[in-house]
Formats: sequence, C-alpha cells, structure tokens
Amino acid sequence: MTGFLADTITFSNVDGPGNRFVVFLQGCNFDCIACHNPQTIPLARSDHFRTRVADLLPRIRRAAPFLSGITVSGGEATLQPEFLHELFTAVKADRNLTRLTCFIDSNGAADEATWRRLAPVTDGTMIDLKCLDPEIHLRMTGQSNEPVLRSIELLHSLGLLYEVRLLLISGVNDDPGLLRRTGDWLATVDPAMRVKVIGFRRHGARPHDPELAEPVHEQLVVAATALQVADFDICLV
Amino acid sequence: MHEFQERARTLVRSATLSYDQKLRQLAALATEALPSPELSPACAEALEKRVICDMFEGHAPFTARYILPDYEKAIRNGLAYLEMPAPTNLADALNFLQVMYANVPSVTTYPVYLGDLDKVLAPFVTDDISDDELDATLRRFWIAIDRTLPDAFVHLDIGPADSRIARAVFRVERSLRQSVPNITLKVDPLITPDSLVEDGVRTVFETGKPHFVNHPMMVGDHGEHYAAVSCYNSLKIGGGAHTLVRLNLKEAALRHQGSADEFLTTTLAHYVELTAELAEARIRSLVEDQHFFDTHWLAQEGLIDIHRFSAMFGIFGLAECVNLLMHHDAQPGEPDHRYGHDDLADAFSQRVVQQVADLVSTRPLPYCDGGGGYAYLHSQSGIDLDHDVTAGTRIPVGDEPDLLHHLTTCAPHHQYFASGISDIFHMDETAARNPQAIVDIIRGSFHEGMRDFTFNLDNNEFVRITGYLVRKSDLAAIAATGAARHGSDHLAAGSENSFHLTQRAVKRIGRGE
Repeated sequence: MTGFLADTITFSNVDGPGNRFVVFLQGCNFDCIACHNPQTIPLARSDHFRTRVADLLPRIRRAAPFLSGITVSGGEATLQPEFLHELFTAVKADRNLTRLTCFIDSNGAADEATWRRLAPVTDGTMIDLKCLDPEIHLRMTGQSNEPVLRSIELLHSLGLLYEVRLLLISGVNDDPGLLRRTGDWLATVDPAMRVKVIGFRRHGARPHDPELAEPVHEQLVVAATALQVADFDICLV
Repeated sequence: MHEFQERARTLVRSATLSYDQKLRQLAALATEALPSPELSPACAEALEKRVICDMFEGHAPFTARYILPDYEKAIRNGLAYLEMPAPTNLADALNFLQVMYANVPSVTTYPVYLGDLDKVLAPFVTDDISDDELDATLRRFWIAIDRTLPDAFVHLDIGPADSRIARAVFRVERSLRQSVPNITLKVDPLITPDSLVEDGVRTVFETGKPHFVNHPMMVGDHGEHYAAVSCYNSLKIGGGAHTLVRLNLKEAALRHQGSADEFLTTTLAHYVELTAELAEARIRSLVEDQHFFDTHWLAQEGLIDIHRFSAMFGIFGLAECVNLLMHHDAQPGEPDHRYGHDDLADAFSQRVVQQVADLVSTRPLPYCDGGGGYAYLHSQSGIDLDHDVTAGTRIPVGDEPDLLHHLTTCAPHHQYFASGISDIFHMDETAARNPQAIVDIIRGSFHEGMRDFTFNLDNNEFVRITGYLVRKSDLAAIAATGAARHGSDHLAAGSENSFHLTQRAVKRIGRGE
C-alpha cells in the first residue's frame, strides 16, 4: 500500500496531545482561501509523493521514545483512507509503537462509511469547522459544511472527537452573532468540547486582493467570549 | 605588589559591587598573594595558555569546591557546633536550615546544596498543615534564601517520588519567579508520575527551573544518596568535589600534529595527564596543607566525609575538537565531516569522550574515594570566559540539526559523565500550550541514555547561562548601571557577551499555526 505524502515532521507540539510524529498527505477536496499549506491541495499522484507504510515505520520507530503518538494531516488525510487504515493498523501491531495514539487532523468532509472504517484503528480526531454559516463556508472552502457538521456529531458519538478547530479571519467568519450560534450548535454536540480558536496568519497562505485580515489577539479574545456559551475548554492560538 | 594594590583598590572603590561582593572578591584576591600549588613546567604552561584551567579557584584552596552536607542527618541529630537542637516542627526545621546554610562553605562562598528538600522536610509536613499554610511558609523561606544567599548556584533537589512538598515547591517557584534557588527534579520513569514532570515543565515556562536528571542513571553511578548541585553537578550527599579542573579539547586539538586517530593516544593522553596533575596538586593543597577536612565542623560532626569526595574532571569544546581533526584528516576537496551532521564525525566524537573516560578512570587521584579513587568526568555549559567553544556534547550554536537528531547525537555520550553534563536545549514557545509534548521529550531522552535534561523556552524572562539562571531584566540592568544584587548576574553578563546565549537557535518542534 502506498500513500501520497507531502511531508513528515518528526516532532510536533501543535498536532494533538503531547509530542507527535506528523504525516502530511498530499491532496485536499477543499480549496480554502486561508490554507497555509496550499501546495498540499492538488491531488498529485506522481512518484515523487509516493511512500509505502513500510518506509514510514522505521522513521516513526526512531522517534517513538519521544512521542505520545502520530497524527496524519494534510492535504486531507481522509482522502486516502486505506493508507491511513494500514498505517494505523501497522503502528498498533508493532511492539515498539503500540503505545502510540493515532490521530487524524481533518477538514471533516469524509462520509460516515469512511469514519466507521477508520474508527477501530483511530484514537482521536481534530476537525476544522471553517464556518457554521453554509454560505460563508462555501465562499471560504468551495464546499458545503453539511458533511463537516455530520462528521463532528458522528465522531463525538464514537468517542473520537478530540478537538474542534475554528480558524478565524477578520471580517469573514468572526461575527460575534455567528460565533454565538456556533457555540450553541457545538454545545448541542458536547457542552464540554475542546475548542481551539486559531487566528488566521498570512504566512504561507496564497495572496488575495484585497488581503485577508489577521485578527489581533484582542479580537480572538472577543471571539472566544462570544463562543463560550457552554463549558468549552477553549484554547487561543 | 603594585598591581595587587591596584586591584584591591579597584575593588574597594567599586561603585557597582555591593559591600558583600567586595568582601568576597577581596578574600579571593588575598589568596593570590600565596604561591599556587607546585606544578611541572608542562602543566604550568598548559594552565597559562588555558588549554587546561582551574576555574580560578584561587592559589590556596581552603574549602572543597562543592560540598553536600547530609541535611537529613543534621536535622535528625542537631548541630553541636552551631548549638542547634534537632527541630520538632516545620517552623523550627526551616529556621534550623537557614542557620546551617549560613555556615556551609563552597568555592562560591555560598552553599551550593540546600538539601533534598522534600526528604529533609517530610517529617515536619504533617496532615494538619494545609497546602495554603505550607505555601505561605515556603514562600517566606524562599524569599529569605534569595535575599541572603544571592547566588544562582545555590541549589536544591526534589523527587523522584511525588509529594506535597514537591508540588508546593513548584507552586512557590511560579508565584515568586526568583533566580535563587536553583532546582533539580530527579526523574525515575517508574516512580515519578507524568503529572509531576509536567508540573516541573510548567514551572520551567515561568522560571526556567527545574533541571531534570535521570535518577536511575545517577543511582547507578553514585548510589541513592546523591544530589545535583550548583550548575548541575551530581555528587554524593555527605561528600562532594574537592576541585573542578577542565580540559579545553579545542585547544588540545589545535596543538596536535598528525591524524585524528593519533590524537587519541598522543596529544589527548598528554593533556589528560596534565589536567589530572593540576587536580592532584589542588587536592593535596586543600587536604594536606590547609587541612580542610581536619578542621571544618561539618567533617567533625560527620555531616561530610572525605571518603565520599572526589574531583571533577571537566571537558569542553568537543564539537570544535572533532571538527578540527576531521577537517585535518579530510582528503583535498572532500567536504568536511561536521559533528552533528555526519556519522563519521559523530562516531569519532564518541571515541574522544570514551578515550577521556578511559584515561580518567585509570589515573588514580588522592582522596578521591567517592569516585573509587578516580575523578568523575563532567561537562558543563560554558563559563563566561569561553570564546568560540561549545559546551557539553552540544552541537555548536546556530549549527544544530533538528531536535530529534540533536538529542540522539548527544545521548550516547552521557553515560560517561558521572558528575553531570548540561546540554541545554531550546524549545519553541508553542510548547507552552502543550507541556505534555516536553514531558514526552524528557522521557524519550532518558530512555535514550541522557543523564541530564535542561531546556529553555523561547521568550522566557529567565535565561539559563550555564547551569544557573538570570533574569533578562537583571542583565539589562547590568548593561545600564553595572550593578547587580546576585553575584551570578555578573558572570552571566560575561557569558552573554561571549556566547550570545540568548540567541541560541530555537529548534521548532512543530509547524507554526
């Protein structure tokens, strides 16, 4: 089984709990205006990106004593579900790796069958919710948010929702009323949800005309306050 | 005599040194009026050219460099010399310790070891004392330590077991943010819970402390009764180190003619012997001429025992030594084999350290029963006079590979350094939101054979210079006024100018978001 990989990072402290080895898969079904790794969006199927699970395992083993787990990110991780399944299965079957948790960082667009296929070998997921408002979501990503909302509900019911992430762009998706509604909806899923509020940064993103605005820290605090309708564990980044 | 008078006059007239700092520096100056211990011409020349160094311990050492009194024993039995009966409650115990600290010598003139505080105080922290009371009591104690022992080499230990005292120490540290005392957390993967290590990591975010040591590895070298003191020197409790002598491997390599292999058996062996000669002369001066152990009350009351002492044999400049010799060996046109970036260079670096270890462990030294009759190998971060030389087994500042590579390059060296090695690593500030990530890295490092683990968080007010801490605001004050309350701050200002330590490359352990 081969996957199409954009990159790997041996140590990351921003991709789930603890220190993690991160695999970035190539190719995404969203086309987010704020994407900070736009080079990972095209579904490139060239040999340049092709990597076998067996090639990845020695690199994970070398880092393993220093890790809580591995995270597969993207691109969009769930576009290569069989690769994910084989990688996670192999990690759990390896005597030296079996204690590592396997997480998926996803845009949430995958369907129920994909999540149910991955659930037995997955320990947690981090789902981006670009926007609760369907029209703004469509403008931001080129896709409907309906599957994302269904994924968040499903993953919570499966006990696999570690964190929901909101990427805020000034003047695009940070309206306090919208955030309050977002909080209300998230609370119906899990009133104690772990929510990460991430301020958009231009670094790495494609240019826009006019440029997308980076929220300052005070704006994130205002956003978090609007969002905090329940007992969320909110983290600002 | 004229120069001596000039230096004394400069000290007494200084507008930036405190009264106490003047007094201590005048005492150090006075021993220079005495002849230094006799050395062979080759040893004296190596010392003068600074291939080897004596850490400016003075011409006539009249205290052992690092002393680790057995505070548990003292508190159990009381002190005859100081007329202190054994304390029976927490307030008396803390008062007892403060009195004792004022009477414990070391090369810095302040005690470098304050005890394994959780064990020393355990009998007095009873269930009827609330956490709030404990914190308030320790806060007063902490403030007294920082104000009366103003020196960041003053050090205490906690762990490896979890305890109310260990937790209180971290809470007090985070609330006071002082540079004194320095702290070590002993970590045993089987005993120390992740939550205590994480508490330590969160405290580093606030104060740059504690330092973490691999407890099982230390116990393997020293037995259970050891502690990390001063700038991360691990020694026997009830013992210590007579002296610390250091060999500059870069300077040794610069004086070598011939291949890298030959260096190990010729030039290196030559300078190791000269370094040992220097140690021997200083030990004999302390023990046989100044009769330190015959006369000091700590020895008379059995709180230190000469048989638990040894000497520390330090090395530094390993990276530069390896790179110089690899460059010398390379064929014309062949790219350099650089330490930290090349398997050949990394393997050679391990051979250098192993060879030093072999030579030191077969060169008997007098009064070194603590080390089985030999010196302990040691490597600390640079002092304020080291220029263009890298400390410990670190890869040079600015030339570091990714963190995993850096850690796994350094780790295999650590087994040789029984008295400690301070490789200091920088972490990206994103770790502040994920302390478990650092707990993972500490556990991994110990699993891979690291003995000591120290990290700084970028954007921390506290800067770790060698094994001690200063506040950036205090450094700025020295730059502005020349004065500082902590003696160690003056050293730090020198180190910052030599090393640009505050600019050490930060290795990101994660993409920015």
